[in-house]
Amino acid sequence: MPPTESATLDRPTGAGQPGSATPAPTPHRRRRRARLFLRYVLLSVGAVVILFPLYMAVVNSLLAPSQIAHQPPPFFPFNPQWGSYRKAWTEGDLGIYLRNSAIQTSVIVAGQLATSILAAYAFAFLDFPFKRTLFIVFLATLMIPFEVTIATNLATVSSLGWFNTFAGLTIPFLATGFGTFLLRQAFLQIPRDLREAAQLDGYGNMRFLWFVALPLVRPALAALGVFSFLGAWNQYLWPLLVTGNDNSVRTVQIGLKQLLNTQLDQINVSLAGTVIAVIPLLIILVVFQKQLVRSLTSGAVK
Amino acid sequence: MSTDVRPGIGKIGAGVARVNFAGVSKAFDGTLAVDDLSLEVHDGELLVLLGPSGCGKTTALRMVAGLEDPTGGTVSIGTTVVNDVEPKDRDVAMVFQSYALYPHMTLRKNIEFPLRQQRVPAEERARRADEAAATLGLGDLLDRKPGQLSGGQRQRVALARAIVRDPKVFLMDEPLSNLDATLRIQTRADIVSLQRRLGTTTIYVTHDQVEAMTMGHRIAVMKDGMLQQVAAPQDLYERPANTFVASFLGSPGMNLLPATVVDGALEVDGVGIVLRGAPLRIADGPVTVGVRPESASLTATGIAASVTLVEQLGAETHVICTLVDGTRVVVRQGRKAVRPDLGEAVAIELDPDYLHFFDAATGDRLADDR
Repeated sequence: MPPTESATLDRPTGAGQPGSATPAPTPHRRRRRARLFLRYVLLSVGAVVILFPLYMAVVNSLLAPSQIAHQPPPFFPFNPQWGSYRKAWTEGDLGIYLRNSAIQTSVIVAGQLATSILAAYAFAFLDFPFKRTLFIVFLATLMIPFEVTIATNLATVSSLGWFNTFAGLTIPFLATGFGTFLLRQAFLQIPRDLREAAQLDGYGNMRFLWFVALPLVRPALAALGVFSFLGAWNQYLWPLLVTGNDNSVRTVQIGLKQLLNTQLDQINVSLAGTVIAVIPLLIILVVFQKQLVRSLTSGAVK
Repeated sequence: MSTDVRPGIGKIGAGVARVNFAGVSKAFDGTLAVDDLSLEVHDGELLVLLGPSGCGKTTALRMVAGLEDPTGGTVSIGTTVVNDVEPKDRDVAMVFQSYALYPHMTLRKNIEFPLRQQRVPAEERARRADEAAATLGLGDLLDRKPGQLSGGQRQRVALARAIVRDPKVFLMDEPLSNLDATLRIQTRADIVSLQRRLGTTTIYVTHDQVEAMTMGHRIAVMKDGMLQQVAAPQDLYERPANTFVASFLGSPGMNLLPATVVDGALEVDGVGIVLRGAPLRIADGPVTVGVRPESASLTATGIAASVTLVEQLGAETHVICTLVDGTRVVVRQGRKAVRPDLGEAVAIELDPDYLHFFDAATGDRLADDR
């Protein structure tokens, strides 16, 4: 830990420096300003490239079908057709699909957080036989693409009678090697002295985890939460395979595909559905943006 | 700091809070970190475990805390053998070198943390935290977080968290080593006065002999896992049990010169040393003579040497000389002494009243009271 007192003492107070308010820009400062300007330009271009498709989706969802085919396509909906959203919601049964996705995603996120926290804590703080070997096995699961295990998973799920149930949708995803790895690394940043101090004060593992370890790895928890939310919400292949034709447990991504199939001539309606399905993701990103950035940069700052 | 003695201290009866090591050993992967340590820390005493890094002093401390299990022997606190007692049930509080403060909690939460686990009611928790904070002069900082504090303040929070529990024993693991020199001297005095006031048995680990000399009721010197000597600071300084203790204590440490005893007379580097009183009661043969830098002086006649370094410290000067056989001897001079030049040929005189004799082979102190 750097001694903070010297840092505060060395800092100039700012008082007693008359005339320092608006100095003439030096060549050095001008160059720095130019570099900053260039950086903003690049970032703006990047933002436009990334946001443009999303913007066009919103625009097109508000156009009448006849306008979409128009060349060049209009970049602003001067006569927004809000009806496409109502149509997507009612004809596409988006309410039910969104509810299903919400259930599926919350169960997966909660499950992944719970199992990752407990496994990562064990790997970071406890001693047990074959700890290293087991951890390597955990890491190895990261190398196996989901598609490789899809056939066996499908066989297991259907043999358990979980076809077309939330259990089938969620249980195969409740544990994650990635999450365990991410949180273990975060836990390892916690000084061992803290664990021992708490131990002397009578805090067992669970209470230390709750009162000390988890608050200290909040950014990593948020990052893992957002990652697993994105992963679960955007799942397509697995929900398609384990759900039947009725919409009792089908998720919104499947619903969108069905909407596109049934409304071939009304692309604005299926785009409206897509926009609706993206909204929860945007909310999550906005809420957790700060924590997410902190987690991704935490190693560099500390 | 207030000067009141905290109520509750009286609950520790005489002899109840002593700590005893009986033949304690600790091996890590076959290497002995602590080797057959037997030591009694008296009730209310501040005992300093002193030694170079890797000497096993921290391991010994951690065995009292229960953070390490002894490989052999027994550790007792009071009359209870605690080898199989959980750390939390030992009623000890530890102050870590890193302070081990919880960065996400305010100082109040940090200080109250041990009490929360003991299910102390919130009101009493707050009162005791206030009290501990006031004792350490942290009263107006309680709503801050550790990151907003200086090193010295963090150190005091760690102490407050230890005293708030009113434990039987304090364990301190190099608590001052992360502070700058000025703050270290200040905090050193604070810890001593706090310990004397509370009267809590304290084991204090350090590698800094000045800290040990100034703080401890007694000092236990360790080397390579083995206890070298336990004694009050002045005794340790005046009668070191072996050459290691002699050279480790004092700054700089004791000079050790190869010498020979012939018929009760002493010869260093071929020069006879005039001894007062009776001849030496040491068998003829080689011996190691120890002399503190303040008991050596530069004179016209004596052991021939040349000056290799002159360190001026303001109030005193250390003249580092090399004898003909290459032995280094440090001479401490007062302010008024004439400082020699580098490379100058000088002669060193040893004060015959302050000589120490050690076995040339084992380094153990030889009995000859002078």
